[in-house]
Amino acid sequence: MLRTHRLLTALGAAVAALAAPLAHAEWTLNMTTGVTSMSGEIYSLHMKMFWWCVAIAVFVFGWMIVSIVKFQKSKGAVPDTAMVHSTKAEIIWTIIPVLILVVLAVPAAKTLIKLEDSRGSTLSVKVTGYQWKWQYDYLDQGVSYFSTLSRDSNAARQLQSGIDPTTVNDYLRDVDYPLVVPTGAKVRLLLTSADVIHAWWVPELAIKKDAIPGFVNELWFQVDADKPGIYRGQCVELCGRDHGFMPVVVEAKSPEDYKAWLAERQAAAKPAAIAANTP
Amino acid sequence: MANSHTAHDAHDDHHGAPQGFMQRWVLTTNHKDIGTLYLVFAGIMFFLGGAMAMVIRAELFQPGLQFVDPQFFNSMTTMHALVMIFGGMMPAWVGLANWMIPLQIGAADMALPRMNNFSFWLMPFAFILLLSTFFTGGGAPAGGWTLYPPLVLQGGDSFPMAMFAVHMMGASSIMGAINVIVTLMNMRAPGMTLLRMPLFCWTWLITAYLLILVMPVLAGAVTMLITDHFFGTSFFSAAGGGDPVMYQHIFWFFGHPEVYILILPAFGVVSEILPTFSRKPLFGYESMVYATASIGFLSFIVWAHHMFTVGMPLAGQLFFMLTTMLIAVPTGVKVFNWSATMWKGSLTFEPPMLFAISFLFLFTIGGFSGLMLAIAPADFQYHDTYFVVAHFHYVLVPGSLFAIIGGVYYWLPKWSGHMYNMTLAKWHFWLSAIFVNVLFFPQHFLGLAGMPRRIPDYATQFADWNAVSSIGAFGFGLAQLIFPYLIWSCVRGGEKATAHVWEGSHGLEWEVPSPAPYHSWSEAPAIELIERGAAH
Repeated sequence: MLRTHRLLTALGAAVAALAAPLAHAEWTLNMTTGVTSMSGEIYSLHMKMFWWCVAIAVFVFGWMIVSIVKFQKSKGAVPDTAMVHSTKAEIIWTIIPVLILVVLAVPAAKTLIKLEDSRGSTLSVKVTGYQWKWQYDYLDQGVSYFSTLSRDSNAARQLQSGIDPTTVNDYLRDVDYPLVVPTGAKVRLLLTSADVIHAWWVPELAIKKDAIPGFVNELWFQVDADKPGIYRGQCVELCGRDHGFMPVVVEAKSPEDYKAWLAERQAAAKPAAIAANTP
Repeated sequence: MANSHTAHDAHDDHHGAPQGFMQRWVLTTNHKDIGTLYLVFAGIMFFLGGAMAMVIRAELFQPGLQFVDPQFFNSMTTMHALVMIFGGMMPAWVGLANWMIPLQIGAADMALPRMNNFSFWLMPFAFILLLSTFFTGGGAPAGGWTLYPPLVLQGGDSFPMAMFAVHMMGASSIMGAINVIVTLMNMRAPGMTLLRMPLFCWTWLITAYLLILVMPVLAGAVTMLITDHFFGTSFFSAAGGGDPVMYQHIFWFFGHPEVYILILPAFGVVSEILPTFSRKPLFGYESMVYATASIGFLSFIVWAHHMFTVGMPLAGQLFFMLTTMLIAVPTGVKVFNWSATMWKGSLTFEPPMLFAISFLFLFTIGGFSGLMLAIAPADFQYHDTYFVVAHFHYVLVPGSLFAIIGGVYYWLPKWSGHMYNMTLAKWHFWLSAIFVNVLFFPQHFLGLAGMPRRIPDYATQFADWNAVSSIGAFGFGLAQLIFPYLIWSCVRGGEKATAHVWEGSHGLEWEVPSPAPYHSWSEAPAIELIERGAAH
């Protein structure tokens, strides 16, 4: 009785807690299809895996459920104690999974090979991870800047800040200066770190790689020409106290807008560079 | 049979046991007492690690930081893992091995009883050392249980303490593994051939080999961390010619077999429980043994699937993707054999069976997500997100932990001599089985939506499923309180258990009276008993 009461109380609390954020509920269930030339392919690989798992689950769980329902002692089931081994069955349920795996491995290997081919990129940006911010360095373009958590998010994320995170725009996923890239261009990122290991990821770009001190990793993506926009992610390798507070934000602009942005940044960078070189 | 008296009260349960706490528990060399010590220790650690999980889920209940500082949160995730893996799961399995292996193979005790005592008594000291890091200047380790450099090297006073604690746990595990191997190889009763051993002994034999092969590797990795930190070496520092990724390779060469160290004995327990309550021998006994051995072998050549994002060459990624996928084959054989064991059986649903059946379903779900994670290009989307958290908790909680709980419910009457409260145990099962899914299933969605693991606070689009997951966590945590109460009351008294306990039980452990006398199988069991038990 007491336990039932506790259970009901817990359920009541659950309903109440769920009702509150329902106003801006997301309840996202699945992976994003993304916005790059590869992201759709990765999504469909993911879905292909998922449906195979569902099919196997229907078979295996169905088998188990039928056993559980049909062969109950209370229903008078008599055990077939002679059924202890079947070479034929065991060969079948070894061979069939192998075949399924081959069917899955072939497209996975093809996608992987494409993902690892970073040739023919038109823009290279060096990305350096720091505790706890990113630095973007447009190679040979004279543009370099840091990208840190936005002020609003930073104020709200302090312990018992009293600021409701739902009132902050893109809470924890907003930065002062995002990485800006042109749409339709193959962008290559060269990842490294100045201190500990970080990892750079934006779900919509469907690629993730570690930034490792002393080593340079490479990744590439090509945002679809018709998909300009702001895409948000964050560091995904535990990197210390503020690991949860170093977002990755990528702004994909049309090539014209990108050129304008680059020229503006270069112009802004020049006086600074001159000032820095002046003794 | 060596000992056929029946117990009359709690004191007679351990007739022949030395009196006095010191003699009985501290200096003991009795496999049953040491098994009990291991299990009690593991129980305490499960609740400690569980309390840390409650802190994590409380902080993640809503976006924003309500309760703890991010650094303390990182300590919680790190210590939760270390305590659960090294303090909960592994000692629980060693405890079950200590209790059951001699009983199951007709041996009087473990082969190396004094080492057995030593390997247990290292554990409390290792964990006192590890847990006391909470009181050091910089707080407990906060770099993740994987102890990746360079981050782990930023630890303060907690670093050397945690490293030394890991060394002690490793030494304890190696000794425990040696003891299991020597016992199984040398102490089997005449007629107990290898292929007549119960599956629990088989899975533990393979587990013990994995332990012996990989614990020294972990010790090596940890030692290199220590010398990097204190003696100026640069194994894992690029600035000195080293490589931080090399640490990850070494760690996961330990870490992946470690995963199977946690799950293989669970396969063994489930392979004991399912036939008993299906009243039918295990289907495909030999293929179960070979499948376990294959999984053990494959566990050594898949480690880098934990590190697809470190920037491995394409050939390396392909190799580790394909070998990882291969593991699905022997694991599938096991699941099919378990299903076939229930097919045409005569099933009843006592608590051990309930836990074993839910193991079948929920471990298989963990297997599915594991298969998805094996696909390297898709793993770039899953890696280090809550999808991974959901995956390994599905295989460890309703996987390993449910098998441990099921094993305890299965053998508890043999240990205590009493039956326990079946109704309450079924409550324990249903609450656990429902809340474990409320807790971990939404984490798949969170991961796919892009929520990284090991973060104390999150973007608001993740709020809903996190709230659900936290409610599941609190429910699951509360439901576990039934377990120690139930064990305590079962040890104290209750309906007397028969020697066979369960209608369908088979095997040598059910041929000794309940409670199992302090010294059992002082004389080898008769060959008929072995043949009856081994009628696979």
